[in-house]
Amino acid sequence: MPKVTIDGVTVEVEPGTTILNAARKIGGDLVPPAMCYYSKLNGSGGKCRVCLVEITKASEANPNPIPKLQASCCTPVADGMEVKNMTSPKVQDMRKGVVEFLLINHPLDCPICDQAGECDLQNLGYNYGVATTRYGEERRTFERIDIGDKIQLHMNRCILCYRCTYVADQLTDHRCHGVINRGDAAEISTYIQNAITNEMSGNMIDVCPVGALTDKTFRFKSRVWFLKPYDAHRECDKCCGKAVVWMFGKEIYRVTVRKDEYHEVESDENGKPMWICNTCRYEKKDPADWVIEGVRKHEKWSVINQGKYMKGTEKVVIDADPRLFFGRPEDRKRISMNGTVTPEQTLSDGK
Amino acid sequence: MTDFKAISLSGRKKDVSDKSMTFMEKLYLPAIAKGMGITLRHFFKPKATIQYPEQKREFSPVFRGRHILMRDENGAERCTACGLCALSCPAEAITMTSAERKPGEEHLYREEKYAATYEINMLRCIFCGLCEEACPKEAIFLTQDMAPADYRREGFIYGKEKLLMKPEEVKKQADA
Repeated sequence: MPKVTIDGVTVEVEPGTTILNAARKIGGDLVPPAMCYYSKLNGSGGKCRVCLVEITKASEANPNPIPKLQASCCTPVADGMEVKNMTSPKVQDMRKGVVEFLLINHPLDCPICDQAGECDLQNLGYNYGVATTRYGEERRTFERIDIGDKIQLHMNRCILCYRCTYVADQLTDHRCHGVINRGDAAEISTYIQNAITNEMSGNMIDVCPVGALTDKTFRFKSRVWFLKPYDAHRECDKCCGKAVVWMFGKEIYRVTVRKDEYHEVESDENGKPMWICNTCRYEKKDPADWVIEGVRKHEKWSVINQGKYMKGTEKVVIDADPRLFFGRPEDRKRISMNGTVTPEQTLSDGK
Repeated sequence: MTDFKAISLSGRKKDVSDKSMTFMEKLYLPAIAKGMGITLRHFFKPKATIQYPEQKREFSPVFRGRHILMRDENGAERCTACGLCALSCPAEAITMTSAERKPGEEHLYREEKYAATYEINMLRCIFCGLCEEACPKEAIFLTQDMAPADYRREGFIYGKEKLLMKPEEVKKQADA
């Protein structure tokens, strides 16, 4: 079994494992970021170039360094290979440049985008990018096309990672969308105004690393950091039925797959990715449809944690007139966003 | 031996005595005249108070008062309901819902998404100005006005009708 050293940490992996997967086996900060590679989709990777690493020693047999940086998501390890990722200034500099290139045509409409807060490109920009842009030309824009009533396509935001096409190839029976045209004009499209209707097609939204494919039923409803994610499951004959429901008060605003630390769909105990079907995703928005398992945890730095009080607080009951704490009911009628908590509920909570 | 009663730590200790008043003191007239004199002198001194609702004191330029939701030079609302003000608000005073702009509403809303409702609870607000700092669209500012008093709690929950810049102010803003 080949031994590979990444940032000074040695790990033994199966032959044929890529450097990225070897790094993920170690875990922690030394894992290269990936925008296009998705371990649950065969054939993905090698397009975005953010996972490039420096190989300072090719193998035990050939101890020379590889002169150019290599894409860690599609370079297999060799025995005795030494890789530098976070410790290499060359890689850091390169990554800054790659982020700049990815953002060349990206519209930077994060205040509008529904993906903001859980966007891989946003995180990448924060971690590796620069705060300003040097790009003075006009950004590439596309005519907006309609790809059905469930998925909203924003081609301007797309970074052409091809993940959604792999989802269509590997999860649905036939693919009716893809990348058409070439080079700068390349765009994700359905071939001549087709709608994407397949039952598993909603997973394209979750694999999309940016806000190019978003949930139309959740469009502009809220922001991710206002919602509280819960692990939930339901009986479903089409998929595993295990998902995350994003709630605001007692309402389900949207349903997504469960994502792991690399923002990829989680696998169940048999190693099968827990994709969910469109019925679970779009139609089951009633809390009675789901069995809530518990609060979904996110990375400590994630904005999704903002304003969530994860530790339960003890209910303190003070024996006094509830109006003392909550005011008169008639004065409370406008507080709250959409009336999920009525004054009567608040008052009865206080009693 | 030191007489502890004679030590004055503050330096302002006065010996009091219960000696009886003289005849002039018992009349009280000189004391009244002296007091009246002080009152009379204050008539001619500059006044410390102002007539508030008619007259208003100038605030410091960094004063943070009531919020305003800005319109751009064409009168379209700048706010896109991105939620960053609500996110940054330490008092959790801001709530909003967003909606999508319909075709033909380009003159009303600057971006594709806009705040359908926008509420600031002025009872919660601590006027820290973090919302203003967080806003990526320069849509919310804290003005030099104070939030006026109200008789009902409900009246302190400012909706868009109170927060949004008046259309007639748009031109004033452009001239400034």
